Amino acid sequence: MIETRGLTKRYGPVLAVDALSFDIRPGVVTGFLGPNGSGKSTTMRMILGLDRPDAGSARVGGRRYHDLAWPLRTVGALLEGRAFHPGRSARGHLAALAASNAIPARRVDEVLALVGLTGAAGRRAGKFSLGMTQRLGIAAALLGDPEVLLLDEPVNGLDPEGIRWIRDLMRTLAGQGRAVLVSSHLISEMALTADRLIVIGQGRLLADTTVAALSARSASLEDAFLELTAGTAGYRGRPA
Amino acid sequence: MTATARATASRRTAGHYRFRQVARMEWIKLRTLRSTWWTLAITGAGAVAMAVAIGINTRSPRGDLTNNALAGVVPGLLLTGVLGVLVVTSEYTSGLIRGTLAAVPRRPLVLAAKAAVFAGTTLLVGEAASFTAFFAGGAALRQGIAAPALTQPGVLRAVVLSGASFCLIGLLGLGLGAIIRHTAAAVGALVGGVWILTAIAAGVAPGAAAYLPVIIIGNSLSATRPENCPAHAAQCPHILSPWAGLGMLSLYAAIALAAGGWLLTRRDA
Repeated sequence: MIETRGLTKRYGPVLAVDALSFDIRPGVVTGFLGPNGSGKSTTMRMILGLDRPDAGSARVGGRRYHDLAWPLRTVGALLEGRAFHPGRSARGHLAALAASNAIPARRVDEVLALVGLTGAAGRRAGKFSLGMTQRLGIAAALLGDPEVLLLDEPVNGLDPEGIRWIRDLMRTLAGQGRAVLVSSHLISEMALTADRLIVIGQGRLLADTTVAALSARSASLEDAFLELTAGTAGYRGRPA
Repeated sequence: MTATARATASRRTAGHYRFRQVARMEWIKLRTLRSTWWTLAITGAGAVAMAVAIGINTRSPRGDLTNNALAGVVPGLLLTGVLGVLVVTSEYTSGLIRGTLAAVPRRPLVLAAKAAVFAGTTLLVGEAASFTAFFAGGAALRQGIAAPALTQPGVLRAVVLSGASFCLIGLLGLGLGAIIRHTAAAVGALVGGVWILTAIAAGVAPGAAAYLPVIIIGNSLSATRPENCPAHAAQCPHILSPWAGLGMLSLYAAIALAAGGWLLTRRDA
């Protein structure tokens, strides 16, 4: 569903993403794993056409993101950090995004119910807790019932109940045949959620494998991850 | 839903997003912020209040009474200008811009839709404010001073063009917002460019002052007799005609929007 080929992004002298090539398949949760600053968020922004690659390409279903007919109905994304105006209600925020891709208004209420925000839909989103903020982001990602989901650090700052909710949701979405790419720097979370793993460090591909295969390499998945990324930690790219 | 069923569902909706959908998104964004309506309400109320205050204090029937009634337009422009800036910069401040551009990757379409929706709204509100100020200012005149009428030469034109100036300064702000992206810096550029530069130019280069937005609006658009030359003056100050002034303001807004659109497509979001 997603193919990147030689994807490269440079910020001044820093190579944030270095000739990254991988495929994301439908029907599975793919964990996108790497230390902080390893280029995960930059890669996701390039897939979404928000940042322009210096070389290489990213395609979704064989097309450049820029050329998608109805982007939100093909790809749903939760990016890191807030992505809504604090003075606008959750319903207003989702209604605006829905309108841009001719998504029927009733879908707004559907996704609000799905993420458990129906009761807070009319409140200004700036007053939301971190957990509600993440739920609003997920609702926006699900608006277009997309075949591909990109979730950048979705469990950041969530309580255990919220973490389990997102984990179950991702598994459900993959079970419905969607491609789910979820980034994290938390190896333990990926062990519970992901089927496949793409591990990067300093913008370079370190492993494209399954959770089972990577775990088998060392005493634990965590050990395997730390061996793989040894020496690549540190902040090199744009802050994640 | 299976992958096949979903593929069928998405095929059912043919075509792709166009200006109409993007404009609907921008209209929902604009109307779902309470600050939009507060700002526009204060702009209108300010223009009317100023017209009434000047009307009450007018002692002589001489002078351009229409121009007096429209005196509240120039201060109100600051508000619509800042509102225009915020239409773009608030998306960068909040991070919403990434959601917007992911939904509509063809970026010039986003700026065009923002500009069109904002222009339509501020044009309607601006004209309403301008006409209300004109009539309120006329009604506030003391007995013995005849209120100007829309049928008198240049009066309707002055009222209509003054109403349009809210929209044009707003679009200039919107363009500056797209160029600069930071609220404070863009508001600074707008205030500096529109108000402070005018004050400086009036002293340093009076010839250039005619081309500055505040002078255009105050002396060209909102005046029934733009030459407005005192009978005994040795030399008339250089003032643009109303239509040349309108063209000048439109040009400023167009340049800012074009530069903003060009940068929007080239920069990372």
